Amino acid sequence: MEVTTKSMPYDAWKDNEYIESLVKELQDNGTNVIVGSLDKLINWGRSNSIWPLTFATSCCGIEFVSLGAARYDMARFGWEVARSSPRQADFIMVAGTIVHRMAPVLRRLYDQLAEPKYVIATGACAVSGGPFKKSYHVVMGVDKVIPVDVYLPGCPPRPEAMIYAIMQLSRKIKVERFFGGVNRQEKQEEFLKNHPIEGAED
Amino acid sequence: MFDFSQLTNWIHATLCGLMPEWAAITTECVLIGLVLLMVYSLLALFYIYFERKVCAAFQCRIGPDRVGPMGLLQSFADMFKMLIKELISLNHTDKFLFALAPYLVILASMLAFAVLPWGNGLQVLDFNIGIFFLIAVSSIGVLGILLAGWSSNNKFTLIGALRSGAQMVSYELSIGLSVLTMVCLAGTMSVEGIVMEQKDLWFIFSGHIPAIIAFIIYLIAGTAETNRGPFDLPEAESELTAGYHTEYSGIHFGFFYLAEYLNLFIVSGVATLLFFGGWMPLHFPGWDGFNAIMDYIPSVVWFIGKAIAVSFIIIWFKWTFPRLRIDQMLTLEWKYLLPINLFNLVLMVLVVVYGLHF
Amino acid sequence: MADTQEIIAGLFPEAVFEEGDILTVAIDDAKWHDLAKALRDNPQLSFDFLMTIVGMDWGETLGCIYYLDSTKYNTRIAVKVTTSDRVTPALTSVSDLWHIAGIYEREVYDFFGIVFIGNPDMRRLFLSIDWKGYPLRKDYDANPDINPVPEENERQSDFTDVYTRDADGKVECHQERVFEENDFVVNIGPQHPATHGVLRFRTAVDGETIKKIDVYCGYIHRGIEKICEGLTYPQTLHFMDRLDYFSAHPYHHCLCMTIEEAAGIQISRRAQVIRVMMDELSRIASHCLFIGTFCMDLGATTMLFYGLRVREQILDIMDKTCGARMTFNYECVGGVMQDLAPDFVDDVKALLKVIPKNIKEYDKLFVGNVITKNRMEGVGVLSRDNAISWGVTGPSGRASGWACDIRKTAPYSIYSELDFEEVVRTEGDSMARFKVRMDEIIQSARILEQLVDNIPEGEYCVKVPKVLKLPVGHWFRTVEGCRGTFGVYLESDGTTNPYRLKLVTPSLPAAAVVDSLTRGGKIADLITIGGSLDYIVPDIDR
Repeated sequence: MEVTTKSMPYDAWKDNEYIESLVKELQDNGTNVIVGSLDKLINWGRSNSIWPLTFATSCCGIEFVSLGAARYDMARFGWEVARSSPRQADFIMVAGTIVHRMAPVLRRLYDQLAEPKYVIATGACAVSGGPFKKSYHVVMGVDKVIPVDVYLPGCPPRPEAMIYAIMQLSRKIKVERFFGGVNRQEKQEEFLKNHPIEGAED
Repeated sequence: MFDFSQLTNWIHATLCGLMPEWAAITTECVLIGLVLLMVYSLLALFYIYFERKVCAAFQCRIGPDRVGPMGLLQSFADMFKMLIKELISLNHTDKFLFALAPYLVILASMLAFAVLPWGNGLQVLDFNIGIFFLIAVSSIGVLGILLAGWSSNNKFTLIGALRSGAQMVSYELSIGLSVLTMVCLAGTMSVEGIVMEQKDLWFIFSGHIPAIIAFIIYLIAGTAETNRGPFDLPEAESELTAGYHTEYSGIHFGFFYLAEYLNLFIVSGVATLLFFGGWMPLHFPGWDGFNAIMDYIPSVVWFIGKAIAVSFIIIWFKWTFPRLRIDQMLTLEWKYLLPINLFNLVLMVLVVVYGLHF
Repeated sequence: MADTQEIIAGLFPEAVFEEGDILTVAIDDAKWHDLAKALRDNPQLSFDFLMTIVGMDWGETLGCIYYLDSTKYNTRIAVKVTTSDRVTPALTSVSDLWHIAGIYEREVYDFFGIVFIGNPDMRRLFLSIDWKGYPLRKDYDANPDINPVPEENERQSDFTDVYTRDADGKVECHQERVFEENDFVVNIGPQHPATHGVLRFRTAVDGETIKKIDVYCGYIHRGIEKICEGLTYPQTLHFMDRLDYFSAHPYHHCLCMTIEEAAGIQISRRAQVIRVMMDELSRIASHCLFIGTFCMDLGATTMLFYGLRVREQILDIMDKTCGARMTFNYECVGGVMQDLAPDFVDDVKALLKVIPKNIKEYDKLFVGNVITKNRMEGVGVLSRDNAISWGVTGPSGRASGWACDIRKTAPYSIYSELDFEEVVRTEGDSMARFKVRMDEIIQSARILEQLVDNIPEGEYCVKVPKVLKLPVGHWFRTVEGCRGTFGVYLESDGTTNPYRLKLVTPSLPAAAVVDSLTRGGKIADLITIGGSLDYIVPDIDR
């Protein structure tokens, strides 16, 4: 099965082993005809409609604004509906450095997102701490706080790279299953078990 | 001009032949309900796509063009996604009211659909106070918004809901008065009656100055009623994150989202009804040849086309003007629009009494 | 300068003077408040602008260096106040003399633990209440186990500490409420579309009317000043891109100038012209983005895209020459990293053709609009005196009638040879702040026009030693960034690393002044005022 999106040729993607392994898992398990087609429909909808949360901490956020502007125009892919409320967004683009004071806030935002939810760690700071590796106040990679789906290096990544990252996310959504099976939920649960939510959730 | 009442009467007669009359009416009700729902959702999806494209054009962008041909399927993808999104239930809230609010908003716009004149004889409900009914039901929407804001137990939503309450209550006056002005000219409150009154000339032409003033005021107030820019204070993104629906997720948010666009359609539809002759084709007295050609275009196309044209103007507002501040918005209504409107009503009465209209 | 010294020596015989690049006065803490009052109020001195407070840890002693400017005589003075108590260090606050001192003292307290007696709000500024240690002290233990990444929500306090000195000279601490007991407090931020990043306003509202705002920063505090202490001079440069990412070039320029002055490096004229051109290009790009984001805050989203259109064109020019769209790291010690791209001149000329047309379009589309006028005129009026006292520099200060453009008051590089006007307005409201930026775009374009055909030949970067060591001493230089005065205080102990690098950014005063501007206004006014002040959050937090 070739997983591709937005009329991109499949050759452009071949470097992603993670998705290949997911596809393999899908094929090995087999699928029910009705449930499978329903899954396909749902995944088509989900992968084509991923709305970002308006969230920017520093430089990468400005490139994200450029991504929405006329030259790069993410509206072409239907990603321009940036919601300010986490309840209505599908993914967080963690655009910028996350510091100690921000970490619990980011975690809270993640918890407030409605399922299914995704995270793209954008820029060197969010991936690993980047140029602020020696800082006393910077979280060395957001994956210490929330589970990350796509890592996007760069300082800041160019808007073209951001388009590529969101497309990869879109592909990843395509090989998930809404009705059980290959699903990132399990990995997410595992992460959440290791990083428990404190106090009462509201 | 094709009269849809022939079709509906035929369906009624056929059904009555198959079953007793009460069963036939029940079946018809269900059918109408289903058709309305279909039209409702399709229109909403089209409107979302339409606004995204128009907005993109204003901003020198392309807008959705990857999902389906020309991006036409973009809103469908959004709908599928929204349907399966998690519905988050909040602690420390009134769960019943929280869940009820989006349905109230949807209900208000659904009911308004019932009296819109879709085409010649294509109207769910026609009775002698149709336009009055329309104003009444569209006011239910504010109840939903207030409930949503209050029951979310969130400060932003509360501020948004209170803003919305103040806004709706104020601008309802302007809408009511400008509708009243046109009712004056029409001499009837029945929707079908208003349309038939315009069979020679649309009201915007026959009512000349007072009608144009009423139209402008109606357009401003209508924009405010639908909570759209520059009157989008209840959901002002840069001030209140997402306003009264901040805490709603999944399809509950979807309802608010759809209702916003449907209200846009309803406001445009009512503007069409009052000023541009509803489904009535463009007729000018004396131009018989022209009128005959116009009659070839189906009435449904006339109605929807005119409504979309009016919506286009409202969308244009949104993507051009900055937002008003709450006190400026109330000043505009109470100090300017209301007095002008009252004066305009008197003017219209004089025009009608002395027969100064065309 | 001699006069200043004489006057001060006459008033305060115990003051010790040090001659450096500027006059430095060392004074005992007990006399500091009196001296400060004299410096501000004496008509012959009138040091009315507190540029910054540099907290210092000299090993044995802790202290502060106050940089004061006189807007009347265009002079500068530094005052050094020290304390040898490292356990409970305390100095006298001057927050009653300069408004901005309140927040600068909080910053020093946060980094060095120096308590300021008499400051009405002595909380930590960037770090959480539970943070252990004071990071910029030389003996700070940076072990991540002491201050781990917090898993739980940050502990919040409704109270603030106030330190007072009683009659016997004993320091006492008591707590006061930040807000009144029954205030309805709305959190605007940290994740909020209008704060342009992760700034948080704790806003007490009465209906739609704002009663008080508590600016809560630190959500992107990365400790750049501390990191720089462990890096060599060329390595510290790249952080200048990541403070105010729109003023990357001017900020780079400032630090390079400081290091070059300290090391005694003369750079070529070609490099100077390139630097100035890059500064002005980034000023245009920054102001274009300001127009866009500000209008978006007011609800006119379309303007954002119009503003970004010009910015993209400038980014293309940058991209060709510097190789990046945002974090350029282009200026280096001794000049610039690489030579100009071959079509630089043509691109700039094409840009200069577009700009007047675009400005006209913005004017027609936005400024003439009646809603815009209602939203902006008379909103957030900042008087000239308040602008100086709050230290609001840059376009926002100039909108209040304060001619504070460093390019004119203390010309650096080749600015003294260029023909341009300093844009000053007197209204001080949001509209004035907006219009000043519009006019500055035109002035920057004028500068570019003068330079674009006159880029001299020569080397773009002079030879500098591979291992750069600066002599012992300290330097303080300022430039005009896109948002106001940017200053660098550099202290060297003769090694390859800076002993202390203090970055004076224009955004912190701009954020601090929000409270006094918004009081009594509506929530929507907060958005207008915040937008028109145009602060960049990473620039506040550093």
